[in-house]
Amino acid sequence: MPEAFLTLLLFQFLGVVAQRALALPIPGPVIGMFLLAGMLLWRKARQKNAPDGEVAADAPAASPALSALARSLIACLGLLFVPAGVGLVTELPVLGVNAVPIVASLFGSTVLGLLVTAFVMHRATHDASAPERVSDADGQVL
Amino acid sequence: MADRFFAFIHNVYAQAIPSPDTETLFWLCATIVAFVVGMRIQIRLKRAPWANPVLFAIVVVSTALFITKTPYDVYFRSVRIIHFLLGPATVALAIPLADSIRQVTRSLPAMVLALLAGSVTSVVSGVLLVVAFGGSHEVALSMAPKAVTTPIAIAITQQIGGTPALTAAFAILGGIIAAMIGETTLRRLGIHDWRAHGLAAGIAGSGIAAAQVAQRDPVGAAFAALGIGLNGLVTAIIVPLLLYILPG
Repeated sequence: MPEAFLTLLLFQFLGVVAQRALALPIPGPVIGMFLLAGMLLWRKARQKNAPDGEVAADAPAASPALSALARSLIACLGLLFVPAGVGLVTELPVLGVNAVPIVASLFGSTVLGLLVTAFVMHRATHDASAPERVSDADGQVL
Repeated sequence: MADRFFAFIHNVYAQAIPSPDTETLFWLCATIVAFVVGMRIQIRLKRAPWANPVLFAIVVVSTALFITKTPYDVYFRSVRIIHFLLGPATVALAIPLADSIRQVTRSLPAMVLALLAGSVTSVVSGVLLVVAFGGSHEVALSMAPKAVTTPIAIAITQQIGGTPALTAAFAILGGIIAAMIGETTLRRLGIHDWRAHGLAAGIAGSGIAAAQVAQRDPVGAAFAALGIGLNGLVTAIIVPLLLYILPG
């Protein structure tokens, strides 16, 4: 468990440093995410090529501890947005002045963005492979 | 009557919280309790996406801040650790991403197409709708990058002359809207593919909508993670370009 948490912090740190050093327009944690994914895939590919080790193609790329930690963090991802979200209260006077255009635009453009993205994705992947059905099991999958 | 009740609660709070440490504990507990209750309610309502626990917790905590007359700065300082965990949690999205890499590479062309279409739609419709409904220039500019993850949105808005605080508010509100109505709307239109759901949530609703999808399916989590990362990059490039083309 400590190693797993260290892995996440280390890659966040790497991401932040890379972002500063290269002046990238992406936040450090997102860069860290891509770096960690790359590292996990690289390690998995190396294991597969080793003479003695045969790894199943769909075996998890991360160690069990790291997978478990990632699963618990992602399960409460919503909670982590609450502190920033409460900050909305400080903006209420400004939001109130332009309420109508703000509400219309937020609803309209969010729905349009969702629809266009999902529709193009759906259309373009339709024949490529069988789509995974959205499961109706009401337990959490992840 | 209500005033006297609030004053009573405020007095109790002021006397029960003697030190910054207890204050931290109190607000940490209050935030988590509000979120857990919100989650329970959502489960009770058959996991209805509109019963969003993030929104519930924000409303409950804001009310509590109002009653106890606690400034937002003090609250934020107390729950900083929760906010800090956003970083490691974002990095943790690498694990579902690495596990679903085969599906990602297989649908790469479709993803690029959907990403460009979604980003442009989101930016253009956001700006045009504000203008159409008579909103100010400042609001229109601040609306442009609202669909990307907050740190990127703030950087873009500073570059084009919007207001960072407004953009941050729009990013959070947009994410809540996407989380509340996204899944239901897409399902009703016959889109049942987690790849499309995840990507759309990541692109149109950034973090909060992605959190909703990521909890439900690992493939959805992987595509939501990609959506957030790639949309940040694309929007950073297209917003200045589009504003140059769009009149006004």
